Amino acid sequence: MNLENLYRQVILDHYKNPRNKGLKGYPKVRIKNPSCGDDITVEAKVSEGLIEEINHEGSGCSICCSSASVLSETLGGKTTAKAEELIQKFYSMIKGEDEGDEELEEALVYQGVSQFPARIKCATLPWKALERLLKGDDDE
Amino acid sequence: MLAVKKIRECFPIYKKHPRLVYLDSAATSLKPQPVLDKMNEYYGEYGVNIHRGVYELSFKATDEYDLAREKVARFINARTEEVVFTSNVTDALNKLALMYAKENIKAGDVVLTSELEHHSSLLPWMKICEEKKAGLRYIPLSEEGRITTENFKKALTDKVKVVALTYVSNVMGYRTPLEEIIPLAHENGSVVIVDAAQAVQHFRVDVKALDCDFLAFSGHKMLGPTGIGVLYGKKRHLKKLQPVFYGGDMNEDVYPDRVEIKEIPYCFEAGTPPIAEAIGLGRAIDFLEEIGLKNIEAHCRELYDYALAKLSGIEGFTLYNKNADIPIIALNIDGVHPHDAATCFEQDKVCIRSGHHCAQLVSRFLNCVGSLRASIYLYNDREDIDMFVGALVKTIELFRKLDGGQ
Repeated sequence: MNLENLYRQVILDHYKNPRNKGLKGYPKVRIKNPSCGDDITVEAKVSEGLIEEINHEGSGCSICCSSASVLSETLGGKTTAKAEELIQKFYSMIKGEDEGDEELEEALVYQGVSQFPARIKCATLPWKALERLLKGDDDE
Repeated sequence: MLAVKKIRECFPIYKKHPRLVYLDSAATSLKPQPVLDKMNEYYGEYGVNIHRGVYELSFKATDEYDLAREKVARFINARTEEVVFTSNVTDALNKLALMYAKENIKAGDVVLTSELEHHSSLLPWMKICEEKKAGLRYIPLSEEGRITTENFKKALTDKVKVVALTYVSNVMGYRTPLEEIIPLAHENGSVVIVDAAQAVQHFRVDVKALDCDFLAFSGHKMLGPTGIGVLYGKKRHLKKLQPVFYGGDMNEDVYPDRVEIKEIPYCFEAGTPPIAEAIGLGRAIDFLEEIGLKNIEAHCRELYDYALAKLSGIEGFTLYNKNADIPIIALNIDGVHPHDAATCFEQDKVCIRSGHHCAQLVSRFLNCVGSLRASIYLYNDREDIDMFVGALVKTIELFRKLDGGQ
């Protein structure tokens, strides 16, 4: 995938029109990347092993912000066990270890990021936040 | 213009990456082969500790280390005992702040600095002011973003004990008028600490003529290795400071209840220092002197002017520093996050910096989330500038196209 296609899919959609943006007061984790200014907070409403909804807030580059939006749509409604599995699948896809599992749905578009190693951190930042959240971290 | 082709032959990185367009020298410079050779010579031929053994190899290592200090001293017109080796500017400025503040800063005193500072010049004093309940004040920047003598005068009060300023801003490339500021500070009884990390590699810095009290710089931005920095201090100041680190080599006599420390500068260099790096820095200074700082300055200025002329016809970006004194170009593509833009530049192997550049107050002053920074040095040529400007145009067009949804 070339850069233009990557940005075309990502920017035009989720960066400009983020889904599930705005926090509602559920447990949350904030992660910053001080070198570039990415600053994302992810919150999740989890009940009996099911992630009922994921919201996010923050600012940063298009890859990071859009990734938070895609994450909220892809993993919202999944069980925590499934979400943890998909987070790991997202990491291995983005590191270029495999093509990515179909279950990643829309998040498959980030496979292209594997060709831009300097941007892997941007794409994974919201996923790291959710990963920590599911492990029981809560910034509140 | 310098003979860039010939110069590049000295930089092995261009053999490995012939298409490299390196415009990030303000972050770190590339390293010439003679510096690498000199460090290898140390490791391979006399790679033992200094000031320790009485055998010949140790004498040789000590001699070379001392010689490196002499080269640094000559380079900035200091006395050898006024040159303390540290691991970088951050190390130098932190150590100095801790040592100086111990005896000289009390509650109610003021440290005067600026929003143009690199974090390593600002944060040590921010933390000390917090602890000592001293005030941290900023010289208001001019509209253009400069530290001016006029604004310095306005901010100077009798409470100001320390003036900590950058010589050249690592984002804006502005040169601080220290020649005017330092005498005013001294009249006021304040000491002046200069962060010269972006200065020494671009123009002659003469600490005696400047009359600064302390000055720090890193080796790795001036063709030297990483892991070596310099803290200069006036002899009478250094003699009054107590070291913050104690250990091997910095002491003369140790008793069960006390230690007698060595003379300056050795008392500030506890433990085995970065020997190879100091020797490498000495060689880097020779390399710079062989080419000539004046020639480097003229070469970089010509390329900077060339770049600005090319940029003037392009729309869709904001240039933050059109009158930089040092060849640094800081800009943002309108509506595009600097990291998104930098990835586009990378497609053409154009290496530029994006983000805060460890000087977040500058981003706050410019009211941006960060910026793109291209910095020019002696191995750059017009082709590099053409590639940079070409990548800029391509990036502007790409994001315009995406924005238009075509």
